[in-house]
Amino acid sequence: MSKTPVTFRLNGEDAAAFADPGSNLLDFLRRAVGDLSPKYGCGQGTCGACTVLIDGEPHLSCITLAETVTGREVRTAGGLANGPILDRLQEAFIDKFAAQCGYCTPGMLMAATALLDKNANPSRQDVIDAIGGNICRCTGYEPIVDAILEASRNTRGAA
Amino acid sequence: MLRVETYPTAAEAARALGPGARFLGGGSLVMIELNYGASDIERIVRTTDPALKDIRVEAGRIHLGALVTMADVLRSRELSFLAPVAQAVGGPAVRSAASVGGNLFAPHPYGDFTVALLALDAMVQTAGGASHPLEGYLADRSGLVTSVSFAAPASNEFAFRKVRRVRPKGASVMSMACRLSRSAGQLSGVRVAYGAMAPTAVRAKAVEQALEGATLDERGIAPALARATEGLDPPTDALASAWYRKETAPVHLHRLLLGENAR
Ligand SMILES: Cc1cc2nc3c(=O)[nH]c(=O)nc-3n(C[C@H](O)[C@H](O)[C@H](O)COP(=O)(O)OP(=O)(O)OC[C@H]3O[C@@H](n4cnc5c(N)ncnc54)[C@H](O)[C@@H]3O)c2cc1C
Ligand code: FES
Ligand code: FES
Repeated sequence: MSKTPVTFRLNGEDAAAFADPGSNLLDFLRRAVGDLSPKYGCGQGTCGACTVLIDGEPHLSCITLAETVTGREVRTAGGLANGPILDRLQEAFIDKFAAQCGYCTPGMLMAATALLDKNANPSRQDVIDAIGGNICRCTGYEPIVDAILEASRNTRGAA
Repeated sequence: MLRVETYPTAAEAARALGPGARFLGGGSLVMIELNYGASDIERIVRTTDPALKDIRVEAGRIHLGALVTMADVLRSRELSFLAPVAQAVGGPAVRSAASVGGNLFAPHPYGDFTVALLALDAMVQTAGGASHPLEGYLADRSGLVTSVSFAAPASNEFAFRKVRRVRPKGASVMSMACRLSRSAGQLSGVRVAYGAMAPTAVRAKAVEQALEGATLDERGIAPALARATEGLDPPTDALASAWYRKETAPVHLHRLLLGENAR
């Protein structure tokens, strides 16, 4: 089976790997690149566990053709922390008990990152809309919404 | 064995389509088929033609390239009247992929953007330059769509509503759009379109007829509400029965025409 070389930026660094024809970005990141932070939940765009950012926009990696990221910037939850220093969203998720089993968390973090990158001062409704494509079966969503709002306050404080 | 073919122009991609080939727009539906092992897809055909990402307003007509996404629509100031429509398609990450062209092909209960395009009397341009009225195009949906175009509505002329069970995202129980053009204070040449009320988006022609020459108030629209589902045989699915869709359509049509807070 002839594979396609895909070169792109992953979390700020150059990356390259071979994609199977027709494979989705989630499989490609996990199997070919070795970034296990985006999760597989449904493979049909409905759960949001596989959310990554492509050129700053949230995308569902399970329904993105891997080779379409050639030359583009991909960000995953694996790139949020700076060594042992957690991102403000990760800190807020801990503070607000916004992760229980944690399966939805990488997707939630990336959906929230997409929001805070373009809107530093979101309303509660903005947050609800931003995570509207992400399913969490544990928390009941309120702690997640609170955490994202807290992270936005921390960012504004730091700016 | 599956192959992915990427062409620099839409014309070349169109020529490459044929048996076993599937065009890839944003991929939000095609990729699900691939993930679940669609055996009829042997070749994925895509194009990087920049013209398919164009949003242009020329002489009062809006042109949207087929690969323009719902997220692109939401970012465009010129398309602010379409923001409620684009916003109604899936969650934010679906909207980054979901294209205008792909929406024309989305199966029931999807196709919310197409409902708006139908109410706007959109034309569909296909590779090779042919132009087709959207209503006719939906009947056989063939060829590679390169763009859609429509006259920009006057302010307050266009309205859209989506009825869903799950918020903020959720597929349509039904969606509705209208263009309420007027002449000398009376409705004239009105367009009303429904989604999830038939296998594809459809015009509500009985409603359009009943609104011709009417005034946009409770009395004026009453005959149209009475004919809300005339000639339609809505589907039953996991979201709603045909009966429910028929019973509730007049309520939603009323709100579409007179505003959310009417009655
Ligand atoms: C979780 C989820 C939620 C969704 N919610 C909604 C919703 O609320 N409302 C809604 O309307 N839709 C919804 N959709 C369906 C879908 O995302 C949209 O309809 C979208 O606009 C389809 O566009 P696409 O570019 O992703 O299509 P693709 O998957 O790329 O293509 C879909 C079909 O259209 C054909 N096609 C695509 N572009 C062209 C073209 N230019 N010319 C010819 N053929 C073409 C493809 O060959 C394929 O058969 C949802 C999907 C998911 C996964
Ligand atoms: S695994 Fe991608 S949306 Fe569920
Ligand atoms: S924390 Fe378990 S699914 Fe969200």
